[in-house]
Amino acid sequence: MSELPTPDLLYSEVEEDLRASVRDLLTDQASPAALLARVETSEPYDLKLWKTLAADLGAAGLMVPEELGGHGASARETAVVLEELGRSVAPVPFLGSAVLATSALLAAGGSVAAELLPRLAAGELTGALAVPLSTAPGAAFPATVSVNGDGTLSGRAGTVVDASVAELLVVPATGPDGPGLYAVEASAAQVTELVSFDLTRRVADVELANAAARLVVSGAAAEAALDNALTTAAGLLASEQTGLTEWALTTTVTYLKGRYQFGRPVGGFQSLKHRLANLYTDLVNARATARYAADALAGGFDVPIAVAVAQARVAPIAVHAVEEAIQLHGGIGMTWEHPAHLFLKRAKSDELAFGTPGRHRARLADLVDLPA
Amino acid sequence: MTPDDLQAQVAGFLAAHDPKTTDRLEFLRARYDAGLAWVHFPEGLGGQGAPRALQPVVEAAFAAAGAPDNDPRRIGIGLGMAAPTILAFGTDEQRTRYLRPLWTGEEVWCQLFSEPGAGSDLAALATRAVRDGDDWVVTGQKVWTSSAHTARWGILVTRTDPDVPKHQGMTYFLCDMTAPGVEVRPLRQITGEAEFNEVFLTGVRIPDTQRLGAVGEGWKVAQTTLMNERVAIGGNALPREGGLIGMVSKTWRERPELRTPELRDRLVQHWVEAESLRLAASRLRQQLTAGAPGPEGSAMKVAFSELNQKLTGLEIELLGEEGLRYDDWTPRRPEKVDFLGREAGYRYLRAKGNSIEGGTSEILRNIISERVLGLPSEPRVDKDVAWKDLPR
Repeated sequence: MSELPTPDLLYSEVEEDLRASVRDLLTDQASPAALLARVETSEPYDLKLWKTLAADLGAAGLMVPEELGGHGASARETAVVLEELGRSVAPVPFLGSAVLATSALLAAGGSVAAELLPRLAAGELTGALAVPLSTAPGAAFPATVSVNGDGTLSGRAGTVVDASVAELLVVPATGPDGPGLYAVEASAAQVTELVSFDLTRRVADVELANAAARLVVSGAAAEAALDNALTTAAGLLASEQTGLTEWALTTTVTYLKGRYQFGRPVGGFQSLKHRLANLYTDLVNARATARYAADALAGGFDVPIAVAVAQARVAPIAVHAVEEAIQLHGGIGMTWEHPAHLFLKRAKSDELAFGTPGRHRARLADLVDLPA
Repeated sequence: MTPDDLQAQVAGFLAAHDPKTTDRLEFLRARYDAGLAWVHFPEGLGGQGAPRALQPVVEAAFAAAGAPDNDPRRIGIGLGMAAPTILAFGTDEQRTRYLRPLWTGEEVWCQLFSEPGAGSDLAALATRAVRDGDDWVVTGQKVWTSSAHTARWGILVTRTDPDVPKHQGMTYFLCDMTAPGVEVRPLRQITGEAEFNEVFLTGVRIPDTQRLGAVGEGWKVAQTTLMNERVAIGGNALPREGGLIGMVSKTWRERPELRTPELRDRLVQHWVEAESLRLAASRLRQQLTAGAPGPEGSAMKVAFSELNQKLTGLEIELLGEEGLRYDDWTPRRPEKVDFLGREAGYRYLRAKGNSIEGGTSEILRNIISERVLGLPSEPRVDKDVAWKDLPR
């Protein structure tokens, strides 16, 4: 194994300050009760909260350089925001806009990206990347949207995250000149909201019929930009999953300290204590692994392995942690009124997002030379 | 004190003591006297009161020069447990007498804590020490004592007052392993080796000058030892694929005939866990260096034990026919545990001890849940009962 730079796996003071601001906002605006009340209404996303987060706190522009109107921070800070969003399953289009669409345009470069990125960074514009949420890094360039002779686009992309609230769609499409990434105004597409398994994260089908489009980047650079977006999102998703794990552990510990059965707090029974100690052990592993992926993405080293390890390891930890939280809450954990189900739905759909753990293991095996 | 200062000191030391021409022991003694043994120890005791985080700088500089080390794995108990306890509770005479030969490896130490009836419940121990003039007379039995057969000294916890509750009434001693009445018997284990020992103490006279800490304060002193044990288990910085996972991955690459899809997926799962654990260990070290020690240490040990056990089990399966053989059942008396120096069967069997030694995984999970997560502690039926009245 070659020499790797020494990663920074801790949180900086700036990152802790950012975390505190985001957590304050989410505690105030995205309480579990408010979320539960919201998910079945006609406005399942809280776009006011999204504006505050994206524009006032500047969370949407963390990865965008200052000359493009962003904060010139990095994936590390973005990861901290995602940890907090995972801890609260906040109903905002951060993943689709600030992570996927933004990192695709950042990697693409060029004048169209330079025009759009400042607006995304400022929270004026919400974006989405028109690929299925399940698309893994390293997947073949999608062939479901074609470029017509007049430069318009036709075709479809299914289960696109955050498309239903996006004004801008970044669309991978294939034309006579090969692959390209295109910018399409969402009003030019037909976006059909789907019933999402994850109640706090929306997915939609995107239909394009001779939709007007602007070319952002073409050829191998388009493929690289798409892969960069998927890799960044997969790596940073581990931080959201760490946030979910942390929620599951702390909520369950609090509950078991206060719940009395057989004359004492249930949290005093050793069989339950040991399960929580195991969740803590998992959380320690998840946090270090997710931090490494964020640091690798920020520093541009060891990225493919760091991301594959993160998704192979942290995704199942998050699912298991929330499943344990539900079991250890007993009957109340199974109800609609308790927020645990929102976290389970997020954790399970996160496990499918950007490639399943099995798929990441297969990719990792090739990367680290463990041949079949 | 900066890394550069220390590197300059090491360079100066090496200029005065060429490792190629200097006798090993002479070199180590000089290194101790120069305050370059454990830099965070006080001056005159092998250190210079520098931050503990700078020790790796010194180790790296000596290693790069090809200098002899003090074989830290052979004397790990002395370095990791006896030394910090003697430093914390010893008199000036004790510190001066014991720390130098401990660090140079001239005197090996063992830990006389566990007993047949007091393993995880260490405070239940029954080995008696009775005052007799300037001496104490000690009688009892200890078990799982690694290095007892090579040790010159042992750190020993005894019961000096059976009439008070078990955590009181204990006293801590430094035991001369060559004293009359100390008998070390090999304890053969599932590996076939006798890595551990039983130690029988029969009327052993220990001068009161070899007592560490106050009479009746043995539990407090022992806590310092145990806390340092858990820090020591945090381990060294490993590169990616360091240790067992590297060994199994190498076999996988070199032996295509052994591969099956099912084994591959399990191997990759373990690879991922090993990498994740390596990162968690680095993060823990970074927290310690930044002065914010986290409670992750116990969790790391639980996770390491489980991974080692799964991985060594996989290795035997992977080897197929060869996994049916064992390298050698001859009872040996190794000076240190060497996981990588023997074959797969040995590793599988030895790994069974990982979740028992240094605190069982069950006890560590109690520690995590109570001290980290703040869950209620186990009901304590023995708290206010005199030790002599406890059922056993």
